[in-house]
Amino acid sequence: MPTNLKNKDIISIKELTKTDILNILEKAQKLKQKPQPKLLSGYVLGSCFFEPSTRTRLSFETAMKKLGGSVIGFADPSITSTKKGESLYDSIKIIGQYVDVIAMRHPLEGSARRAAEATDKPIINGGDGANQHPTQTLLDLFTIKECQGKIEGLKIAIVGDLKYGRTTHSLAQALINFNARLYFVAPESLQMPEHICNELKAKKIIFSKHKNIEEIINEVDILYMTRIQGERFPDPMEYERIKNVYILKESMLNNVKKNMRILHPLPRVNEITADVDNTKHAYYFEQAENGLYIRQALLALTLGKL
Amino acid sequence: MSNQKKSPLKDIRAYKVFAIKEGTVIDHIKAGKALQIIELLKLDSNNKIVTLGMNFPSKALKKKDIIKVEQKELTPEEANKVAILAPQATINIIQDFKVVKKFKVKIPTLVEKLLICPNPKCITNNENMITRFKTNVNKNSVKVHCEYCEKIFDQNEIKNYNI
Repeated sequence: MPTNLKNKDIISIKELTKTDILNILEKAQKLKQKPQPKLLSGYVLGSCFFEPSTRTRLSFETAMKKLGGSVIGFADPSITSTKKGESLYDSIKIIGQYVDVIAMRHPLEGSARRAAEATDKPIINGGDGANQHPTQTLLDLFTIKECQGKIEGLKIAIVGDLKYGRTTHSLAQALINFNARLYFVAPESLQMPEHICNELKAKKIIFSKHKNIEEIINEVDILYMTRIQGERFPDPMEYERIKNVYILKESMLNNVKKNMRILHPLPRVNEITADVDNTKHAYYFEQAENGLYIRQALLALTLGKL
Repeated sequence: MSNQKKSPLKDIRAYKVFAIKEGTVIDHIKAGKALQIIELLKLDSNNKIVTLGMNFPSKALKKKDIIKVEQKELTPEEANKVAILAPQATINIIQDFKVVKKFKVKIPTLVEKLLICPNPKCITNNENMITRFKTNVNKNSVKVHCEYCEKIFDQNEIKNYNI
């Protein structure tokens, strides 16, 4: 039974049921196969980016335009009343009077939920600080399904900054719905937080922690890479010591499963070397493209047009 | 230097604090929390006599605080507020020097306004708004879950309250 997301806010991946998720993925797949250039004709998206974003903002705005809708908004809060000290609540209340749906990114955690209290128009969270980024997780799931033919029961390794990375937390939480076997590959100081591990244990999801990619690379279906940021380390020497451990090179792919695909939320810096791009295992650019279809599906679903 | 194992004071002291005729005794407060509870319940500004005892020996808590408030019966809402600061606390209602009612405090499932989120990047610390936390009691630990930043904290990590 498809769920009704009309007028719903998309704030946190945890609030979406498995049925909701599958419904969004299915609608995105249909839009990818058959574009609908007039579906949101007459509707306006408020694109409110209180902090910089490239892919998320551009893909939201392109998604709206490709469905026939129009876009107002800003990519730099310094040109808005926020600079004058206006509260987020007031800003969103007013913008909500002009537009039909709002996509937003804000540096503070919980800002999307606060925004949802200010307006009855749907809010789609494009990232609230280090907290949630549900559209990224949905496009990750969409991409996993696309390249593996299923999501259920896969072996998925998540590599890099698992402590602070919001995409890694949301992905692990979403995969609870799909009975994944999870491998967390990170230096000890950046391992998956205890509260996420407890959630996984409570749902009987099997996971293990590893210190290097080689331990698991030949076993997994998905290798989800993320960037380790040097500034996360209290000790710069520690960063220098481990930074090369989490770099994926073509030479490491010799014995991986044929169906294994590499994903990355991007931007990458040096954690995947360029020689990996030309292998059949690289799938991160397709993944970025899929953001467009997921965001189209979310815009159309929250506006009640699908 | 004495080799006595027992504190002599413990043997001599007949009454740890004065018994009260009418009122409420809040017992089994984790040591160090009593002053915050007095502030939270505004017990210092209602002209009732309040006796505060700190660092009493306790089997369960090792050290505990006790508050006695005369001529005031704590309401269930007030008792719930105590629960956030002192989940193990017991409330004794006293009439004519006798305990007529005794109950453990119960943590509400949703706490509004009272707690300040320890996460400086939480929107609640940056906008003029009320906080909302879900609570989760597990054996002796109390976890609170900020509905905004979605972070989960141990009750001991909450250092500031909207009092």
